[in-house]
Amino acid sequence: MPAINLSKAAREPGQASRVFDLAEMSLRELNQALHDLAPGSNETAWEVLHPRGSHSVAVGVDQPVAIDVRGSVGYYCGGMNDGGTITVHGSAGPGVGENMMSGQIVVKGDASQYAGATGRGGLLVIQGNASSRCGISMKGIDIVVHGNIGHMSAFMAQSGNLVVLGDAGDALGDSIYEARLFVRGKVESLGADCIAKEMRPEHLELLQGLLDRAGVTGVKAAEFKRYGSARTLYNFNIDNADAY
Amino acid sequence: MTYRNPPTTPRKSATFDDYTLSEIRRAAATGIYDIRGAGAKRKLPHFDDLLFLGASISRYPLEGYRERCDTSVVLGSRYAKKPIELKIPITIAGMSFGSLSGPAKEALGRGATLSGTSTTTGDGGMTEEERGHSKTLVYQYLPSRYGMNPRDLRRADAIEVVVGQGAKPGGGGMLLGQKISDRVAEMRTLPKGIDQRSASRHPDWTGPDDLEIKILELREITDWEKPIYVKVGGARPYYDTALAVKAGADVVVVDGMQGGTAATQEVFIENVGQPTLACIRPAVQALQDLGMHRKVQLIVSGGIRNGADVAKALALGVDAVSIGTAALVALGDNDPRWEAEYNELGTTAGAYDDWHEGRDPAGITTQDPELMKRVDPIAAGRRLANYLKVMTLEAQTIARACGKNSLHNLEPEDLVALTIEAAAMAGVPLAGTNWIPGKNGF
Repeated sequence: MPAINLSKAAREPGQASRVFDLAEMSLRELNQALHDLAPGSNETAWEVLHPRGSHSVAVGVDQPVAIDVRGSVGYYCGGMNDGGTITVHGSAGPGVGENMMSGQIVVKGDASQYAGATGRGGLLVIQGNASSRCGISMKGIDIVVHGNIGHMSAFMAQSGNLVVLGDAGDALGDSIYEARLFVRGKVESLGADCIAKEMRPEHLELLQGLLDRAGVTGVKAAEFKRYGSARTLYNFNIDNADAY
Repeated sequence: MTYRNPPTTPRKSATFDDYTLSEIRRAAATGIYDIRGAGAKRKLPHFDDLLFLGASISRYPLEGYRERCDTSVVLGSRYAKKPIELKIPITIAGMSFGSLSGPAKEALGRGATLSGTSTTTGDGGMTEEERGHSKTLVYQYLPSRYGMNPRDLRRADAIEVVVGQGAKPGGGGMLLGQKISDRVAEMRTLPKGIDQRSASRHPDWTGPDDLEIKILELREITDWEKPIYVKVGGARPYYDTALAVKAGADVVVVDGMQGGTAATQEVFIENVGQPTLACIRPAVQALQDLGMHRKVQLIVSGGIRNGADVAKALALGVDAVSIGTAALVALGDNDPRWEAEYNELGTTAGAYDDWHEGRDPAGITTQDPELMKRVDPIAAGRRLANYLKVMTLEAQTIARACGKNSLHNLEPEDLVALTIEAAAMAGVPLAGTNWIPGKNGF
């Protein structure tokens, strides 16, 4: 996997992390402490130990802090993140980064279903594989998956970019709106109204920027294919009923 | 003079009635099913089929206009740090900005606030008009997640996770392109002018165990302050209520099939889901079986029209009711003053339900800048407040007659049913008998 070094970006050199050990403290205490941060707080580095698959770790973060989660998490890690830089040093359960507004989330391992669902902004990087429905209903988020993604990914995806270095499963981009999909490997099948599209210079530039932001090296934008909406289902037409 | 046999009177089929014939012709001509707004229009067992007994020798009444009859209700006392306290047990149901105009949403907020009750966002996010003019605002968490963001989540007074609605349990929505104005498009992150489909299923959870985790996430994001409602369509009210309680809801909302929609297939509205009356007792029973009645509050909606309906719902065990269609009528929906324009649209005042087309003469279900000017949010809000006041007074009148010093003290024993169907659904005796169909083996 290409190297990545996002979590240290928001951290001052030499600054001590505020450590939260979920073996000793509750999830409620962790999230409350994160929400209590005042704008401009100098407590910008956080470390969460022993997450042990907890759900809702670091949800609703709204300050530009860096949070290193040392282990695997359950559902909705980083849900509705708005400005935080969250690194999961493990795998993530369903809905990681759901409805993210801004900031970035990096999962060092794999992600389960619905990664980045309905996300509106920010960057979600999955260094392993993502399961089904990755980027479902995405609304502006950028998602970069180093491995493969499962079936029905980018279902009803409205806006934003989904970049997959590996393969995509069945029915990619079903009922897609204006989101852009870039897949380097094989696509098992395309969903209703999703088609392969020409990769124009502006797309190559956009994709290269995403790869750079995600810390991906050794991979060229030209190796990807672009997919998006054929826009034939944008206004209901009875003659398209077979497509649904 | 020739003799002619007496003719028979021309006879139309009860099965193939005029409406049915017109629908077959319409379908044949257009090749598409009929989409419309509002709820089920067919005749259904309803609150009209119930009567209050009033006081008698064994039950004495309270004095009207003199003795207090409490109408207040607290919602969300199970887990929320900040439960909602309402002056009346009648709330305004979720209706989207996009489906409704900005002025109409503002009017709902103003009317609700004047009346000491809550209003609810809808499938289009929270608008400033609505937040600004609503003292108590419930923020819907819907499958589409249009406009969803943590800032609005935190400035809401409660969160309603919408699983389904009575008009279409299991169905999503469709907002036709003509209603997708620049502002609606921006709030929904979609191109202007395209048909906008609302998903029928949440994108990041399925089933009761996931719902429990989703509710935990919403509570964690909002620091356990906000009451969390779970709204379901009237499909399987016993199990849906029990599962919502299990998943951690503070409040369960059950919407019967008379509950309105902005735009759904006619065939769906009329043929899927159960009447409101049929949903109440199973939902109450689920709460009672779990020992959670009055701990988890129950809100019921779908076809609530007057204070008698409110009193009957409360007597059957609900904590509050919610109104949508009736609130729109109070604002001016389907007003006969626009009859000429309704006629031009091929309909008549009282029957207009093409809310999705955005041409509402009353200016409520539209995004047309000229039409929406017809709603004066201050005057319309006042009308809604007046109407809510009348409903409340009516419910109090009935409660006092039954000897109750709180609307919530009304009970099933205050009711009888006019029909066997209503008796069975409401679990109260058929009038003049002590027979409750389905009870004691009969």
